[in-house]
Amino acid sequence: MTTVLNAKLGRRWKKPPLVQRPWLRWVLALGFIVYLIAAIGTIEVNWMRVYEGLDRGAAFVIAFTSPDFTSRYTDIKEGMTESIIMTVASTVVGIAISIPIGLGAARNIAPLPVYMVCRGIIAVSRALQEIIVAILLVAIFGFGPLAGFLTLSFATIGFLSKLLAEDIESMNRVQAEAVKATGASWTQWINYGVQPQVMPRLIGLSIYRLDINFRESAILGLVGAGGIGATLNTAFDRYEYDTAAAILIIIILIVIALEYLSGIIRARVQ
Amino acid sequence: MPVSQKGPAKVWQRRSRNQSLAHWAMWLVGTAIFVYCWQFISEATTWFFVWDAPRIANDIWTRATPPRWEYFAQLGRPIWDTVNIATLGTIISLFLAVPVAFLAARNTTPSAMFIRPIALLIIVATRSINSLIWALLLIAILGPGVFAGVVAIAIRSIGFCAKLLYEAIEEIDESQVEAITATGASRWQVMVYGIVPQIMPAFAGISVFRWDINIRESTVLGLVGAGGIGLQLSSSLNVLAWPQVSLILLVILFAVVISEWVSAKVRGAII
Repeated sequence: MTTVLNAKLGRRWKKPPLVQRPWLRWVLALGFIVYLIAAIGTIEVNWMRVYEGLDRGAAFVIAFTSPDFTSRYTDIKEGMTESIIMTVASTVVGIAISIPIGLGAARNIAPLPVYMVCRGIIAVSRALQEIIVAILLVAIFGFGPLAGFLTLSFATIGFLSKLLAEDIESMNRVQAEAVKATGASWTQWINYGVQPQVMPRLIGLSIYRLDINFRESAILGLVGAGGIGATLNTAFDRYEYDTAAAILIIIILIVIALEYLSGIIRARVQ
Repeated sequence: MPVSQKGPAKVWQRRSRNQSLAHWAMWLVGTAIFVYCWQFISEATTWFFVWDAPRIANDIWTRATPPRWEYFAQLGRPIWDTVNIATLGTIISLFLAVPVAFLAARNTTPSAMFIRPIALLIIVATRSINSLIWALLLIAILGPGVFAGVVAIAIRSIGFCAKLLYEAIEEIDESQVEAITATGASRWQVMVYGIVPQIMPAFAGISVFRWDINIRESTVLGLVGAGGIGLQLSSSLNVLAWPQVSLILLVILFAVVISEWVSAKVRGAII
């Protein structure tokens, strides 16, 4: 101890480095710089095009100060209603499906074969992007909100089941055991032993997912799966930035409202 | 404890009468809303196509298998672009997110009255708009290409990173900050020696986590023309080259799994 201290005596204190081994630190830093140079080198930026686009960028920023809600009022209203309806319906169906899958994916309640199947469903649902699922479902089911509804329900399953299963796996065993000891049947056991423990988190997650589904529903229209995305895309294509700004403002306001609501509800159930 | 009278005996109930009435009403309203939503979707759907769906799905499946493996030779550059979009976008967004996070955290913001709401607005606005919409917008301004994708990912990630980071800053141990302040350190020295070391693990975790999400998002940015492998996906879809589409989807799936694995490993090593 004293030799270590003596060796340090009279020297200035230096901040300990993030990576302890010096060679690893240098290799990481050097590799990172080489990668950055290679990556930036392969990006072609047409600065003339960017310079010409700056006017349009400025026009868009200005459009936010004078958004135009009126001239495309019916389109915006229809798109928004469709988005909201898709969001609500898909969240409800997604929750309804993800509860049994979540139960099946919790190792402490489900037998191994059921566990493997449910984890498999979750993995598939999480690995596939919403927009890719939407493209496939539009090809299969045709244009319209049904494809969007199915996409969002599918995405909800992966998200909610995984988090629900993790919550069930980390629950307090004692309560569940006590209910089982009274001679409760399996459904009674789940209903009185498990459900009260995970309910607050399930409600919180469901509202969070409602929020995510709404945000995602705004882009599904790009590939023809219904919602406000189609209107937004048209507005960009026609350079109607004031309409686009109006739509974006509505989306942001709804997201803020949902976040506020979820804060209130989560504070109440916990 | 709510009980109900059943003959001479009292039976335990989960809810009192008012509670169960309120519960029932809530379910009624919920069901009504859902039925209304379903009716709306059902009216907007051409059910003939839906009944035809199994046949179409089968048709697409037979067209898409087996994937056209030779096409993989042309995917090298798009994959490199996709990774670059995600990585450079994450790096830029971290540079932008750090100041926003310090302005938004209650214990470091210079003014809780004026600057904090602006920082929070930036966080909400960038977070609530999807990266595809940012890409659409930036393509109109910057022109199509990888650059628009990088900027779209960067802007979209600010909100996410800044939100998680400012929550980490608000949870730091104040006594360490106080100890540094007591040595007579300046505001910046307090920042560097008192606050930054405490949030460093959270910062590293957030960056890797966001990089993982950005890999996912950058694979589809090409659908609107912002570079990466999505560009190949969209052109293959446009000419209905299903064997190429299935190969690209496999590559995307593989990339997503790899990036999730890397991010889980790195986060496991940090925390």
